[in-house]
Amino acid sequence: MLELALDARRGSFHLRVECRFASEWTVIFGPSGAGKSTLLRLLAGLDLPEHSSPQSVRVALDGKLLTDSAHGLWLKPGRRQTSMVAQQSAIFPHMSIEANIAYGLNHIDRLRRSSRVHNSRVQEMLELVNATELIGRRPQHLSGGEAQRIALARALAPQPRLLLLDEPFSALDGVASDALLLRLQAWTTEHRVQTVLATHDATDALASAAEVALLHEGRLAALGPAADVLSAERQRLIDRLG
Amino acid sequence: MDWQALALTLKLATVTTAILLAVAVPLAALLVLGRSRWLAALEALAALPLVLPPTVLGFFLLVLLGPRTAFGRGITSLLGHPLAFSFSGLVVGSVIYSLPFAVQPLVAGFAAVEPALVDAARLLGAGPARLVLSLLVPLARRSLIAGAVLSFLHTMGEFGVVLMLGGDIPGATRTLSIVLYNQVENFDYAAANRTAALLLGLSAVALAAIYLSGSPRGGRRA
Repeated sequence: MLELALDARRGSFHLRVECRFASEWTVIFGPSGAGKSTLLRLLAGLDLPEHSSPQSVRVALDGKLLTDSAHGLWLKPGRRQTSMVAQQSAIFPHMSIEANIAYGLNHIDRLRRSSRVHNSRVQEMLELVNATELIGRRPQHLSGGEAQRIALARALAPQPRLLLLDEPFSALDGVASDALLLRLQAWTTEHRVQTVLATHDATDALASAAEVALLHEGRLAALGPAADVLSAERQRLIDRLG
Repeated sequence: MDWQALALTLKLATVTTAILLAVAVPLAALLVLGRSRWLAALEALAALPLVLPPTVLGFFLLVLLGPRTAFGRGITSLLGHPLAFSFSGLVVGSVIYSLPFAVQPLVAGFAAVEPALVDAARLLGAGPARLVLSLLVPLARRSLIAGAVLSFLHTMGEFGVVLMLGGDIPGATRTLSIVLYNQVENFDYAAANRTAALLLGLSAVALAAIYLSGSPRGGRRA
């Protein structure tokens, strides 16, 4: 269960959202500029409350507070058990693909387990995102879609409790994107990872068949089952096909 | 050629550069990643030696490290000798004098690293030290080299600070630029010519090496 109460300004943009995501898989749907990325960054703890622009941010995951600006609480991004895959894959260009995926493991691994354990985890993640053939390639030689798969593998490797996805499959074609989405959903359900996926693509939102939060100009317009919230979008798609 | 002075100058530049990198990397990272409003003041302070006349810096250090201040007396009793007019004193002066030459390329290099990469590393649990060592330094490798070479050359050629703080003690504080000054004062233009040509040649070769490594063939900064 993810509870959020956000009231934040970015220049003239004002994000005001208060809700709880009870479902394990929530889709935030809205057009570009609706505030999806800002919302995800606040959940990830990447944007610090700034002194110059007063804002109030409260984020709690399964009852544990991650951010509570009223009491000056802000867990650092690396201490929230939260992973994020943004539109920009941000693969570390000077490291091997394996080192990229293992980057988050070195942090959580206080016991300094053998590199063999790391390697098997990296292998497992590569299989999950269907990218085992990319081993040994340099990050510079990855296509956009391949980089997004590696970014996803890197985000999942430390086994987060909260997974934030910001248009993560924009560079994949429809079939590959749907297949990856299915595998990912099965994996997050199995490992009880709460997921929030932001997208402006109605088909993505409908494909995941979950709770959907409709975001419009920084406000939450609707929250509920995909079939209800997206009925208008669904009708629009059907009309277009018809 | 005054080989002793050449050796001393190279030693001073090497020690100064090593200390500067150890100081400038965390300082530049703080300036780029930090959020405190006091950082602007710190950045100005770190850039001050760029515009300060070297003799001013040398004079203040001479007074600060000398027997007139409690600080200087403390250092003297700690070391057994005053810092002024010693090699260690020169190192202190040189580190401060060349600080901007190490910090500024690093700040530019760190600031050019994509914020998305920094965000990704922070989300994966990287603390400040790991962020700097695993991400900023390797990605700003060229800035690190540029900072090191500039600091080294700048220290090799310094004059005002050395003269004020170190005087002219053979083997301890007499660097090449002091030797050059002495040679000119003694109208020994042939020797002065050789000393000056050596300093010029070293600077030109090192700078050419930096700019060559920055050409497209030298590799994108990734």
